[in-house]
Amino acid sequence: MDSLAQKKAAIQPYLRHQPGTQPSSLYEPYRATVLRSPRKPLVYLPHTLSEVTGPVFGWEGIAQNDNDLTRQHGGEPLGERIIVTGRVLESNGRPVPNTLIEIWQANSAGRYTHIKDQHPAPLDPNFSGTGRTLTDEHGAYRFVTIKPGPYPWLNHHNAWRPAHIHFSVFGRAFISRLITQMYFPGDPLFAFDPIFQSVPDEKARQRMISSFDLETTQPQWATGYRFDIVLRGPEATPCKT
Amino acid sequence: MDHVPTPSQTVGPFFHFSLTTAEHCIGCIAGPLVPGERVWLQCRVLDGENVPVPDAMIEIWQADAEGRYYSEADSENAVDPAWRGFGRMATGEDGICKFETIKPGRVPWPGSGLQSPHLKVAIFARGMLKQLFTRIYFANDPANQEDPVLQRVPQERRETLMAHMDAERPGHWRFDVHLQGELETVFFDV
Repeated sequence: MDSLAQKKAAIQPYLRHQPGTQPSSLYEPYRATVLRSPRKPLVYLPHTLSEVTGPVFGWEGIAQNDNDLTRQHGGEPLGERIIVTGRVLESNGRPVPNTLIEIWQANSAGRYTHIKDQHPAPLDPNFSGTGRTLTDEHGAYRFVTIKPGPYPWLNHHNAWRPAHIHFSVFGRAFISRLITQMYFPGDPLFAFDPIFQSVPDEKARQRMISSFDLETTQPQWATGYRFDIVLRGPEATPCKT
Repeated sequence: MDHVPTPSQTVGPFFHFSLTTAEHCIGCIAGPLVPGERVWLQCRVLDGENVPVPDAMIEIWQADAEGRYYSEADSENAVDPAWRGFGRMATGEDGICKFETIKPGRVPWPGSGLQSPHLKVAIFARGMLKQLFTRIYFANDPANQEDPVLQRVPQERRETLMAHMDAERPGHWRFDVHLQGELETVFFDV
């Protein structure tokens, strides 16, 4: 068999999530899940090429300031300038190079540029709140942005989302695709937020919280936060005999 | 040592200005130069009360007409420079989004044998804490009879995985995703 045929015949299955480390589809305190979650059992699927392959992206579509959200307009946005950096890794520790990361977030006042966001907080003409980049050969990425503000939503009385940045990451496989939210350390709103609380496992939940990092912080310029993202990876290194 | 993967969180209601702008959505998975049987696919997402979901995002991943994925784990020789095999669209107020593509070929089943032509589908939305995975098969394809995935699905639910061609418009297919309810689509534990 040629090497491609070998690849196709021997699929390396991906890690299955441990119970409690991911949210369930239904989490009643987050009301919108009630009508948007399946109730019938999922059908267990062995991994095939369809599951363990995934889209490849080149540099097309990534512009110069796409990873610096403070330089996408004529002036500087208002708010606390921050650097967000980290690595994308697979669960076995292997870095994921050249993978697309897309982010979006509210401005420093807690308002999105999205047309449907009606929160009566000011828009910032110098801040769109969206960025994209590819990880480098070590799986590392870096964004410069503004710390987003918390904002109210209608889930329950006096509901506020903790400040967060949405992250969309591809990884190597269609089933490693992850959309998540990066939070900031010590946010007093964690205890009251059903989206954050939807992850039962405490250690897994902590994965979503970035850490303040003095080494990333630049004097007289911006504070730094580290946020490593761990994607599902193959169960074990394939045998090379 | 294994690291615990980062948990999923909902895509929320405000993703459009980042993920599905005119520049970053992909409705045309396969342009006219890509060889294969043309497919115009309309997907619709409905909630547990059969109400269209106006703020969902659908991602599609598929093989080319020869059954090859453009990926490091499969063929790296794309049939067309523009071919990725990946599509992504947001649903409109009617819960609908549309893709133009080609019918994929048959992809190997691990070990031996072939799967029936199918599209991999992931659905994201506000109110969904993680994406749901399903597959779109093409109704009346004879290979469906022997597909090893469909055989794992209870017979009475297999129909939920079928796209149907519009009898009056050859090449135009429809697929409804029911997130919940009597007609609930089969979702996969992958």
